[in-house]
Order: sequence, then structure tokens, then C-alpha cells
Amino acid sequence: MKKKEKNILMRIIISGMLCIIAFLIPAPGLIKSVLFLTAYIVIGYDILRKAFLGIINGQVFDENFLMSIATLGAVLLGDYAESCAVMLFFQVGELFESRALDKSRKSIAALMDIAPETANIETGEGKLEEVDPEDVEVGSIIVVRPGERIPVDGIIESGNSVINTSALTGESLPVEAGQGDEVISGCINMTGLLRIRTTKLYEDSTVAKILELVESAADRKSGSEQFISRFAKYYTPAVCIGAALLAVIPPLFRIIVLSDVPLWAEWITRGLTFLVISCPCALVISIPLSFFGGIGAASSAGILIKGSNYLEGLSKASGIVFDKTGTLTKGEFEILEIHPQGISKDGLLELAVYAEVNSNHPISRCIRKAWGKEIEKELISDVKEIAGKGTEVKVGERIIAAGNSKLMEICGIDISGTDKTKISGTVVHVSENGIYRGCIVLGDTVKDDAKDTVYELSALGIKKITVFTGDSKEAALPVGKRLGIEDVRYGLLPQNKVEMMESMMKSKPDDEKLIFVGDGINDAPVLMRSDIGIAMGALGSDAAIEAADIVLMDDSLKKIPLAMKISTGTMKIVYENIIFALAVKGLCLLLGAVGLVGMWAAIFADVGVMIIAVLNAMRCLKVPGDKK
Amino acid sequence: MKKTYKIEVDCAVCAGKMEDQANKIEGVKSASVSFLTQKLKVEFDDGADENEVMKKVVKACKKIEPDSEIYL
Repeated sequence: MKKKEKNILMRIIISGMLCIIAFLIPAPGLIKSVLFLTAYIVIGYDILRKAFLGIINGQVFDENFLMSIATLGAVLLGDYAESCAVMLFFQVGELFESRALDKSRKSIAALMDIAPETANIETGEGKLEEVDPEDVEVGSIIVVRPGERIPVDGIIESGNSVINTSALTGESLPVEAGQGDEVISGCINMTGLLRIRTTKLYEDSTVAKILELVESAADRKSGSEQFISRFAKYYTPAVCIGAALLAVIPPLFRIIVLSDVPLWAEWITRGLTFLVISCPCALVISIPLSFFGGIGAASSAGILIKGSNYLEGLSKASGIVFDKTGTLTKGEFEILEIHPQGISKDGLLELAVYAEVNSNHPISRCIRKAWGKEIEKELISDVKEIAGKGTEVKVGERIIAAGNSKLMEICGIDISGTDKTKISGTVVHVSENGIYRGCIVLGDTVKDDAKDTVYELSALGIKKITVFTGDSKEAALPVGKRLGIEDVRYGLLPQNKVEMMESMMKSKPDDEKLIFVGDGINDAPVLMRSDIGIAMGALGSDAAIEAADIVLMDDSLKKIPLAMKISTGTMKIVYENIIFALAVKGLCLLLGAVGLVGMWAAIFADVGVMIIAVLNAMRCLKVPGDKK
Repeated sequence: MKKTYKIEVDCAVCAGKMEDQANKIEGVKSASVSFLTQKLKVEFDDGADENEVMKKVVKACKKIEPDSEIYL
């Protein structure tokens, strides 16, 4: 508890006791009044002081002013007990509010507790010097002991260890790292001693970037936040005018029209009650806090959201566009089918390996990997690569050709024996001495979680899923088919992707958001053009972090539906708070105006609502599906 | 030139007002107060004297909320 809070707590206790004594003792009215007034001054002197300073500085109508007027009004009316109790109640509420906020801040800070405290620099002869991470120069050797956080990005000079990246990626599986591997600041070194040559300054390191990004996320205000600040601008003066009218009109009406006693005191009290209820604090605090909590929760799951507006936007997403390679697929080929003719499957594969032995094409690498055995390389001669078509090699006395249908055409080989309708994917035809031996069908490896993710996204209300790819029709369509995505747009150059994104953005309603998911390597323009650009696997990639609105620290597709769930969860809480606060305040305003509720209810409507709203906002910190 | 200052302010509405006031100070290009992180971010105009500008910012903020603190 802060000093300020302790001080308040003491005053609450003293003043509370004075009140109880004054209430219980059978003393003459004057002594009671003195006791209540003492209690009032003990609990309220700072509020009165601030109200006074506020008036001098031209800051009227803040909380302090309202509380002072309301309670002083009661004092003037001779109702000492009420003024004392109201002030006491207000201070208790403020104390709770301060504690609740403090706790929320700490919980959010704990989620983002990835900042390293110190770095150990090696100063020669194996001596270590402990310094601030910000003072580590590029190229220094730092030593990270087991259990410590890596302070600055670098490359392992020596040592082997297991590294826990969960604080950054949300991925609980630790990764192994050894000499020559790049390591990222913010991760925890778990088992071995590491000597790391730093490659960046602390301020350029991953951890500093992430912290900066999350902390400034609150600066990009969401639509709901903007609504509330606009609302507060009109609401506060409106309520003030309402309160003034409430205090003046009915008494005047009573005098002039009813020729009755005006009851000034009664109506002024109602006007003051009105003012106390009106404070928009509950909304002004709880809504940014909800977004901040949601962003904090997301970052603990390895999802960096760059602004409240994007968190809000996710809940309004109706369409999502995936880049194919590196996003839905691993960007590696795998063999889907082997169709031999007059030869065994292995035999066909071996022929293909001979043909592709020297090529560095991803297809060739995949075929070699699938074969996995050595071949007699010395037999190979006369390697002819025919760009865009395939290769032809001489192996001993045999001539082997492997490539697409165009190559087969050139070699005069009839491939009509293959049933094209059944084949989908990239096809490598193989011939031996002019005889067709069959074909191998390859496809891009789809990520393990891609299908589930597509399914989950549809369940979450995404109406349209589209794939953009630069690959050919043959390579693109099978991926779509396997994932159940119908809208696959293939053969796109980077500029086509931007054009296509623009036309899709134009054809959708304004209040629906379109997401683009890419790996951030060559699709930065599309990431920026879309409503919400999500970059995947961006740990350590500055360009992607720069261009995207949401950054997934690892390449798990599951993070996308998770981010959407966090978003809808946060928005639900935001709406709950808006409706709850406005409803309670509206009701109290109404009841206050007709004199059914007094200052007590007014303070509840102010401070009580605010505490409840803050506590509710704290639920945003929970990551959906996280059992912890 | 951008700088971040730690602040102490108890009320969210005041934080908003402090931001408005800070933005009106000569030499401040843009200022933002985050009530949640209790931070004040100030971007100064080119060639502005930081210390002088911040003195004015502190003074303006004290007017709004006498109990607020800005740690320079």
C-alpha cells in the first residue's frame, strides 16, 4: 500500500470512530456537532483544499468541487452527520478505487514482465561485470547463466542450452540452442551457461521493441474509447446544466405557479446529488483498462496487438485473407502421390533422384529427402537443366529425364497414359531411355494446425476465407481443397495482391473488417493495406513487426482464432461496462431528480459503479481456454 | 525529440485534462498521458528547450490536479 493510501486509511479509521462516538454518546447537541465537524474535517480537509485550489485555477466541476459543495451544503443545513458520512463513504470508495486500479496495473505489468534487469559483460580474462542492459555495446560478449533472462539479442559464441521462449511466444515447448544460433532477448536460458556475442543494442533488441509496442498500444484509441471521450464531452456539461435547472426551476415553479413555499434546500440538494452521480469516471477508466487488459492477455499468449483499435476490429472481422506459402503452408514440398508405370514406386523415385541430384530446386530437394538414401553419383554424366521444364541426365548408359509435361513433349514422350483428372498438385514426370515411367505428385506441406484453424475461424463468424498466392494453379488449388477453402486466387504478383486486397476492401460493408495474414517477408504492402494485418512467425523480424497491426510471435495459426476470442471477450466486457454504468447512473439520476435517493446512492453511482467496472475489466486479463 | 516521463495522477478525467493542457504548451509538438501506465510522453518541437518546456507543462498540470506529480 502506498503512503498516500495508508494516510487515507488512518483518516478513515479516526474519522469513522469519531462519528460512531458522536452517534452513540448521550451528549448535548453542541458536543455531538463538534465531534461530527471534527470528523468531517479529518476526513475531508484535502478534498476541501483541492476544491478551493480548483476554483482558483479555474477547474470547477471536478469531483472534489462536487463533494465539497454537496457536503458543505449539508453542513449549512445543519445536517452534520450526513455530511460526515457522505465524505467518509466517498473516501472509502476512492481508496478502493485506488487499490483496484493499482492491482490491475500490477497484474498487467506482471503479464509483460519480460524486461531483463541486468547484463553480465565479459571483460577479458573471464571476468564478469554486471551492467544495465542499455549499456551493452554491439559486439560485446555477455554471459547468461541458467535461469537468467537473455538481456540483448545476439548469437551464441559458445555453450549449449535449452531456451524458454514462452514469455515472448506463449509457446511452452522450450527450444534447444547451441553455438552459432541466434538468440532473442527476453527468453530465459534454462540449462547451460551461454556466451553470447551481441548483435544489437538493447533498445533495438526484441524485448525492448515488444515492450515499447505493447505500452504504446493504448495510444491508438478504439472506437469505443473515442465514443466515450466524445460522450463525456457533451455529457458532463449537459448534466451540470440539468443539475442547475433542477435546483432552480422547481422552487421558482412552486413560488410563481403554485404560490407555495419554494423548498430551496431540498431542490439544491437534489441538484447536488445529480452532480455527484454524473461523474463519468467509471467509463473513462474501465474501458481503456479493458482494452489494456485484453492486449496484455494477448501478449502473454505471444500475440502482440499494436492498438486498442485493432483489438476492437478483430471482433468485427467478417473476412480473412491468407497468404499461402509460409502462412498456411510450411513452404516446403512433400510427396503426395507416386504413380509408377511398369516399375516399382521405389524404382520410379530412384530414377527421379538421379535426375534431380544436382538441382537446388525445392522440388528436387524434397524428392532427395524422400528417397533418403545414397545414389551412385559417379555414374551421372551430361546433366542438362532445361529452365522451367526439368532436367535430363545420363546415368551409365541410361538417359533419364524428369520434369513437367513440357519437358516430356520436347523429349517426345507420350504421357497420355496418366489420368490427369485425378492428379492435383505439382507433377514431375519421369522417363527412362524414352519410355514413360510414371509421375510423382508433390504439394506444399500444409501446416498441421491449418485445417483446424480454418474450421475454428468459420465457427467464430468469419464468412469468407480467401487465399492469395503467387504460385501456379496446380500448386495452389490442392492446398485450398485440402483446407476446405474455395476462394483461392493464384498466380498473383505482389502488386496484384495489393490490387485484389483493395477491391475486396471496397466491396465489403464499412463496419466489417478484413484481415490479412502473411509471414511479413514480402507481403508488407498488403499487410498495411488491409484493415488488420497479421504477421506470423515474426520473432526477430523487424520489417514484419513494423508493417503489421498484429504480430504473432511464432508461426502457430491457432493464435488467430485465439486472438479473435480475446477480442470478442474484451468487447463483451467493454459493452457490459458501458451499459451497466450508464444504466445505474441513469436510474440514479432519475430517482435523484424526484428525490427518492440521496447522496448515498449518488456516491455509489459514482465510486461504486467505477469499482465494479474496474473489477469487471480485470476479467480481460484472462486468456480464453487457459486453465491457469 | 521524444521523451517519456513517469507521472503520478489519481483520476482518469484529470489525466485527460492534463493531456489537453500539455498539448497547448508552446514547444510541445504532441503530448499524451497514459493513465494506465502512469506515463507522460512528450514530443518536443525542434529546437525547443526541453527543461523550459517541461517546467511549463508541470505548472499547467499542477493547476489541474494539485496532487499530480511529474518526475523529470
